[in-house]
Amino acid sequence: MNTAYINLFLQLADNSLILAHRLSENCSKGPFLEEDLAITNVALDHIGLAENLLNHIANQHTPIQTGDDLAFKRKESDYRNCLLVEQPNIDFAHIIVRQFFIDAFNFYYYSALTRSKDQFLSDLSYKSIKEITYHLRRISEWMVRLGNGTEESKRRLGSAFENLWKFTPELFEITPTDEWAFQEGIAPNLKAVQSDWLEKIREILYMSNLKFPQNTKAIHGGKMGIHTEYLGYILCEMQYLTNKYPDAIW
Amino acid sequence: MKTIENQGELWEVFIQSKAGQPFKHVGSIHAFDKNMAIENARDTYTRRGEAHGMWVVKSQEIVSVSMSEAAYFFEDMKEKIYRHPTFYNLPEGVTHM
Repeated sequence: MNTAYINLFLQLADNSLILAHRLSENCSKGPFLEEDLAITNVALDHIGLAENLLNHIANQHTPIQTGDDLAFKRKESDYRNCLLVEQPNIDFAHIIVRQFFIDAFNFYYYSALTRSKDQFLSDLSYKSIKEITYHLRRISEWMVRLGNGTEESKRRLGSAFENLWKFTPELFEITPTDEWAFQEGIAPNLKAVQSDWLEKIREILYMSNLKFPQNTKAIHGGKMGIHTEYLGYILCEMQYLTNKYPDAIW
Repeated sequence: MKTIENQGELWEVFIQSKAGQPFKHVGSIHAFDKNMAIENARDTYTRRGEAHGMWVVKSQEIVSVSMSEAAYFFEDMKEKIYRHPTFYNLPEGVTHM
């Protein structure tokens, strides 16, 4: 099994796994009960997606590992998630904007992935696209709601958008892994995904009374294993139990 | 994150488990608008495959009988057995009566 194939799975799985951890940090701290349940449900969906992906490559990994080993026993530089998903829950607006960027990305990426030549990825995307479609619908409504809400909600939404925008180009960064997977017909063309994504962003920005950001600064690294200072803290908490009790089982 | 005082209006949730079955009341949720109401209801009550259809309606839009009215509104029928159609012989094979 080649490294690029494994890396592709790690990129997708780690995006979901790390994002799910960030969302789970908010569990029981939501602004009200129903929203607390809703966002935690989204976290669960992402854990499910990550589990499917990691279990599939676990027995092809060298040395052979389980999906749980891959989730909990890698070191920081072996995680391939993009930097966006590890950014902290600064306020509700940051949670919503981060989620909007990634839900829109997942919607176009996994829609295209249904046509993958890899049977496993194609089947998995068919299964997942329903919940991903729901995630995008739910989060788009929050964007519009906050953008048309109070002075405070508008200010916070705008500020979260400005802060997180610089992490979005990495979603479409074409690593050697992405290039290989595209050439093999396994993964979609990220350029095409990007143009669909931008169209969605513009639509929701318009409905949320936000201006398209002028800031063209881009921060990369996560997909190559170079992370922001936040991932270390996430892993510290996420891996605590498996480090302390290596033989613990569910 | 600070819990807000105003959690929105109260909405009642009705779920249909299969096509053709009646919608049954399952509980209530809070929400600020229709879209949020249907999504909160979905996330609170249908995550384990319970639903085929769903209605959500503002609690204040439901017309109801108050507890104090109930006594005379729902008159006791025990003495009026002639109102119950229990004297018919049902043909065999009829189950839903």
